[in-house]
Amino acid sequence: MSASTTAPETAPVAVGPQHLGVLIEFADPDALTRAAEKVRDAGFTKWDCHTPFPVHGLDKAMGIKPTILPWIVFGAGATGTLGGLILQLYTNGIELPFSMLQSTTGLVSEVLSPFLPSGYPYVVSGKPVFSVPANIPIAFETTVLLSAFAAFFGMLALNGLPRFFHPVFASERFRRATNDRFFISIEAVDPKYDRKRTRELADSLGGTVDELEA
Amino acid sequence: MSTSMSTTAPPLPPGADGTICGVDQNTWDDPRARAPLITGGLGYPEITDTVCGVAEAPRPPRAWYIAFGVSATLTAILGCMIAYLFFTGVGVWGNTNPVFWAWDIVNFVWWVGIGHAGTLISAILFLFRQKWRTGINRAAEAMTIFAVICAGMFPGIHIGRVWMAYYLFPIPNQMDVWPQFRSPLMWDVFAVNTYLTVSALFWYMGLLPDLATMRDRATSRVKQIAYGIFALGWRGSNRGWHRYERAYLILAALSTPLVLSVHSVVSFDFATSQLPGWHTTIFPPYFVAGAIFSGFAMVVTLLVPVRALFGLKHLITMRHLENMNKIILVTGCMVGFAYGTEFFIAWYSGNPFEGFAFLARARAHYAWSYWTMIFCNVVAPQLFWFKSLRTSIPVMIVVAIFVNIGMWFERFVIIVTSLSADFLPAAWDYYSPTWVDMLTFLGSMGLFMTLFLLFCRYLPVVAIAEVKAVLPHHHHHPHPEGHGTPKPVSEVTT
Repeated sequence: MSASTTAPETAPVAVGPQHLGVLIEFADPDALTRAAEKVRDAGFTKWDCHTPFPVHGLDKAMGIKPTILPWIVFGAGATGTLGGLILQLYTNGIELPFSMLQSTTGLVSEVLSPFLPSGYPYVVSGKPVFSVPANIPIAFETTVLLSAFAAFFGMLALNGLPRFFHPVFASERFRRATNDRFFISIEAVDPKYDRKRTRELADSLGGTVDELEA
Repeated sequence: MSTSMSTTAPPLPPGADGTICGVDQNTWDDPRARAPLITGGLGYPEITDTVCGVAEAPRPPRAWYIAFGVSATLTAILGCMIAYLFFTGVGVWGNTNPVFWAWDIVNFVWWVGIGHAGTLISAILFLFRQKWRTGINRAAEAMTIFAVICAGMFPGIHIGRVWMAYYLFPIPNQMDVWPQFRSPLMWDVFAVNTYLTVSALFWYMGLLPDLATMRDRATSRVKQIAYGIFALGWRGSNRGWHRYERAYLILAALSTPLVLSVHSVVSFDFATSQLPGWHTTIFPPYFVAGAIFSGFAMVVTLLVPVRALFGLKHLITMRHLENMNKIILVTGCMVGFAYGTEFFIAWYSGNPFEGFAFLARARAHYAWSYWTMIFCNVVAPQLFWFKSLRTSIPVMIVVAIFVNIGMWFERFVIIVTSLSADFLPAAWDYYSPTWVDMLTFLGSMGLFMTLFLLFCRYLPVVAIAEVKAVLPHHHHHPHPEGHGTPKPVSEVTT
């Protein structure tokens, strides 16, 4: 920084802190729910409520549609069942892939054989090598395992987590959203967002209003 | 019927009707009111302060240091014992012909069983809408994970040639031979590993909102970053909560059959063999009941000191302990009933080998272990029929420790007595453990306690968000004027 303190003529447009939205704070969940209905009716989409615990009735007040998560879990669970059965069928039930490859000669078997090991059918008391009842426990466990992964990671993905930066974190007040305060945030990126009118709406909700800036 | 209409009703018990309930005063049952789940009239910020205060305190209580020193030492001993085992071979244990499964598998079954209480509290009680579970589920789930870690260690180290441990998993060996998937031992590998994974996911998901609370309260940069990373940027968003609650419900619904499957599969390890004393169809339900029984005893053993040491008596209340003691009583009676049924079937089946195996348990060389088991598991919990006894801290500690001991002996009785006198009398032998067996078992307790103490020190011991959600004043309806018709709103994100 030189001593010439005269403002350069080609300075960029004075960038103040960027406006990211508004944050409205409420002391109790009931006030939040009432306010959420008003924001919902105003037609915003890029807005949210922030609460220390799930508040009963807020989904309805916000107009949240049921999540598709159960279908994701169902798909993963079905994959787990099939995968578990195929695993057992391949490894204990058949001898095909490798022996077929072995009978073919040349490059294909040379290259693929390490990746396609043969199954190994055990003969135990003359029982069939693959019989669904004996293969249910493992298929059940793989079903539960994949479903649980889908439930957890699906929830995170749908929620857009992990996400370490978010406009609401710009507010020092917001630290209490995980303790004892209830917030509504309306993001400036919302198509209906108008700085002045949204501020008026926010002021009418009966909470403490904060502008989010970064 | 209406003779006493004019007499004044007895006063409402403490905590009813908006009054504040003192510590341990919420064990009453009064048809006119619901006993509070949280005493001391704590509100949202007080709950946060109480729970976070444990991890935020600059120093843990002196007792924590002592306990940690002891458990860390035992964990070090465990490491030495495992190293000795690996370098020398399983001959350092007392396992020998005909008892090739002994303390290693006894410990495995005992630890897995202990884990079951955590999942029962977190999943099954959740599905049954038992709101009191919120006070204890976090610690119980942590206990589950640590117990399953201790359990999983034993099959891993007892295989003899540890470098072959990969063969527990579906990986072909050097001769392209795969594991045998119709064997209950393989089912066990899948069941226990799935159980550990799902329990850990469930636990971590429950922790997310509370880690965010810790992040937002953290004063040092290191803590902000550490808790911040693990909180994954959770911001209590209601769109987030919506999916979170659905995921929670799904995980609970998945964990419920899972936890029942785990100890059923463990029991198949025995039940599908042909050894008298093992080959019984009662095993799956009997093992599951025993697992929950021993697990609750461990939860009581851990939470009584935890609530006293860390000042959590308003959140983990006497009512929680009493409820757990009731479950111990119920499952103890189920286990006692199963012991009786086993004997009855051994006689009623007319199978002389089965009859012999059971008479030998009660009357032969290992009778001392059998009667220890009966006393600890069937007799001791009967004290809990009396309210004054099941709400007494010293009594419940003693009974819970008895149950822990008794359930260990149950597995010892099943495994060792059956094996030591199998089909061929010439092979019969009396099994005795070695000092390595004993120190390994003690060491596993050290590992368990070390993990649990670290959990108490650095993580929220009580599920903060869940406790807040069941506070009574949260439940009154927000709109006296009614919701009316919610207007349809186009929603992009689901």
